[in-house]
Amino acid sequence: MRFRAKIVDLACLNHFSRIINTIVKLAKTCILRLTVCKLYFILSDKVANGGASMWCELSQGNFFDEFQMEGVAAEHNEIYLEFVPENLWRALKTAQSAKAVKIKLTNKHCPCLRVAVDLPSLSSCSRIVTHDIPVGVIPRRMWNDFREPSMPDFDVSIYLPVLKTMKSVVERMKNLSNFIVIEANLSGEMNLKIETDLVSVTTHFKDLGNPPWASEDGCQSSGQGRDLESMAEACIDIKKLQQLLAGQQVNPTKALCNIVHKRIVHFILLHEEVSLQYFIPAIA
Amino acid sequence: MKCVIAGGNVKVLGRAVHSLSRIGDELYLEPTESGLSLRAVNSSRSAFAAFLFAPLFFQLYEPGSAGPDTELFRCKVHMKSFLGVFRSLPSLEKSVGKCLILLKPRASRLVLQLHCKHGVTKTHNLAFQECERLQAVFDTQRCASRLCAPARLLAEAVVHFPPTLAEVTLGTGTGGRISLRNYVEDDAEPSKTMVTELWLAEDEFQSVAVAPGSHITFCLKEFRGLLSFAEASNLPLTIHFDKPGRPVIFTLDDTVLEVHLVLATLSDLDSSSQCPSTNGVSHLPAPPDDFGDDLESYMAAMETSEGCSEGPPSPTFPLRTPQPAKSKPQQQEEEEEEEEEGAVPGTPPHKKFRSLFFGSVMTPGRPGPATTQEVLAEDSDGES
Repeated sequence: MRFRAKIVDLACLNHFSRIINTIVKLAKTCILRLTVCKLYFILSDKVANGGASMWCELSQGNFFDEFQMEGVAAEHNEIYLEFVPENLWRALKTAQSAKAVKIKLTNKHCPCLRVAVDLPSLSSCSRIVTHDIPVGVIPRRMWNDFREPSMPDFDVSIYLPVLKTMKSVVERMKNLSNFIVIEANLSGEMNLKIETDLVSVTTHFKDLGNPPWASEDGCQSSGQGRDLESMAEACIDIKKLQQLLAGQQVNPTKALCNIVHKRIVHFILLHEEVSLQYFIPAIA
Repeated sequence: MKCVIAGGNVKVLGRAVHSLSRIGDELYLEPTESGLSLRAVNSSRSAFAAFLFAPLFFQLYEPGSAGPDTELFRCKVHMKSFLGVFRSLPSLEKSVGKCLILLKPRASRLVLQLHCKHGVTKTHNLAFQECERLQAVFDTQRCASRLCAPARLLAEAVVHFPPTLAEVTLGTGTGGRISLRNYVEDDAEPSKTMVTELWLAEDEFQSVAVAPGSHITFCLKEFRGLLSFAEASNLPLTIHFDKPGRPVIFTLDDTVLEVHLVLATLSDLDSSSQCPSTNGVSHLPAPPDDFGDDLESYMAAMETSEGCSEGPPSPTFPLRTPQPAKSKPQQQEEEEEEEEEGAVPGTPPHKKFRSLFFGSVMTPGRPGPATTQEVLAEDSDGES
C-alpha cells in the first residue's frame, strides 16, 4: 500500500483546505478513501453521529500536482483510512503560504499520513514542518460499510436559497429550538419552521426552482405525479443543519435538497468538481 | 514610588502586563534604583518572569527613598485588577497620553492614573500586599547553549502547534538545524496523537551556540505570552538552556527594558539517573552578587540543601517542606509563610517539571512519598 501526493499551487491548496474545513465541521472522524482518480471523505450513518452521513467526492487532478497511489492489490486498487479531519485541517491551516505540501502514507510507529509543508524562509533553506497524522487502515472486509449511499426516493427536490441567508436564519432559530422542520413543494417553495411551547417561527422562501430529475429509464422521476402545492416535510436536528451551513465558506455553484416525507433530508452541494452529499435523518 | 509613563510606552507597559498575566495571578511590583521591575510566578512555581523598565523608560521615575537599613517598598497586587487597567491595548494607544503609577504605602493604595484624550482622567486605586522580593534562581552565564532569533521567527514557528498544546521540545539536529516538536506524554496513545515537528535552518537565527544533541521541553503557554510581547516590540529573543531539567531562560534586551522569562524544563529521568551529579550541588548556580536579598540566598540554600539528599532526582515533590537554611533561620521562617501562601494547595504540580525555586522534581498523580524509593539518608523524624 502506497500513497504520496503533492500540492504546489496555492489556489489549489487553499481550496483543498477549505474542503477539509467543511469536513471538520461535519465529522469528528471520517474515512478517507483513495482511488487512482478520486478522493472521498466518508462519514457513515452510525447511531453515534446521530444517524447523519456524509459523502464528499473530489477529483485529485483538480488539486494535486502529483498523485501516486497503490492499493492493497491490483484488482482492489484503493486505500481506506480512518482519521481525524481536524488534524489535517490544523496541518493545512498554517500552510497557506507554503511552496509545496506533500502528503504521504507512512508507517513508522503507527500508520500515519505525513503532511510535510515546505515554507518560505529568509534563509537559503526553507522551513520544513511535518505533521504525522495517525490513521487507521480499514481492512478490505470492512470496505462495504463505506459504499456510496444511494439517492433516496424523494418526494420533493428543491434548490436551496443562498446558503449565507439560510445560515443566518437557522442560526437564529437554533437559539429557540433543537429541531427544525424543513418543508418544500414542487412549486419552488421552501419553509423553515420551528415550533416551541412559546413561539412558532417560519421563514418562507419562494421561487427557488425544482431541479429536473430524470430517472435512468428516462421516464418519470421521483416526486412526479405529485400535487405541486403539497408540502413534503421532515423534522431534523437543527444542530446538524447548522453545522452543514456553517461549514460552507464559499457558496456552492449548485445547492439542493431532497426531502423524503418524514424520513430524511438529503443535501447535495456542488462546487467545481467537488460534490458533498449530506444526509440528515428525520426525527419522529 | 512614583512614575509617569508617556505616549507609546504606556502600550509597552500594557503588553508587558498582558504577557505577565499568562504566568501568575499576582503581579509583583518592585521599584529599584535601576528601574521598575514587574514580576510574576505561576502557582506551581515552574515559571517566572521579570520585566525591568529602566528609569529612561519613564518620563519621571522616583523609586522612593530607602534608608541605609530599610529597603525600597515593594508590593504585589492581583493580576486581574492590574490587567483590567490595561485590558484593551488598542484603546490604550488611541486614547491614553500618560500613565501615572503611584505607590502609597501609608494609604495602602497603589494608584494607577490614565490621562486620556479630551481631559478624561481614569484613576484606579488598587489594594496591594506588602511582600518579599520574588526571584528565581538562574544564571544565563552557566547555560551551555544559547540561541538568538528575531521574535518573528519563533512566533511563526509556534503557530504550527495547536493552542491547547502544553509543551514543546526544542532540539538540535544535523547541520545546526533547530527543531521544535510537540511533546507527547508517555501515557498518550501514539495512534491518537498528531506529532508536529518543525525544522529551522541555522542561518535563520542571529546566533546559534548550542551543545550538539541537546534538547529541552518546556511549557508553550508562557513562552507564547513572551513571544507576543517580543514580536510587538520587534526585539530579538535569546534562549539560554542547558540539560533537561535545568531551567530555560528567555531574555529580551533593549536600552530601556530587560526581560527574563524562566521556565522549568522537563527532566529527562533516564539520563539524569545515569548522572546524578546533574542535580548535585556542583551544578547549581551560585547566587549572583547583586542579589543581596534574603530570599535568594534562602532559595539557593534550598537548592543546595536539596542536593545532598538526592541521588537520582526524587520523583515525588514535597512542595513546601523546605529544610532549614542554616545561615538565615529567621528570614527563612518569614519566607516559609510567604511560600505557603504562594503555593496554592490543590494546584496540581506540573508533570515532572523542576521547580525553579526548590530544584525538585514533581510527578503528577503521586502526592505521597513513593515507598519504593531508595532511601539514601534516614529520615530523622520518620512517620512511624
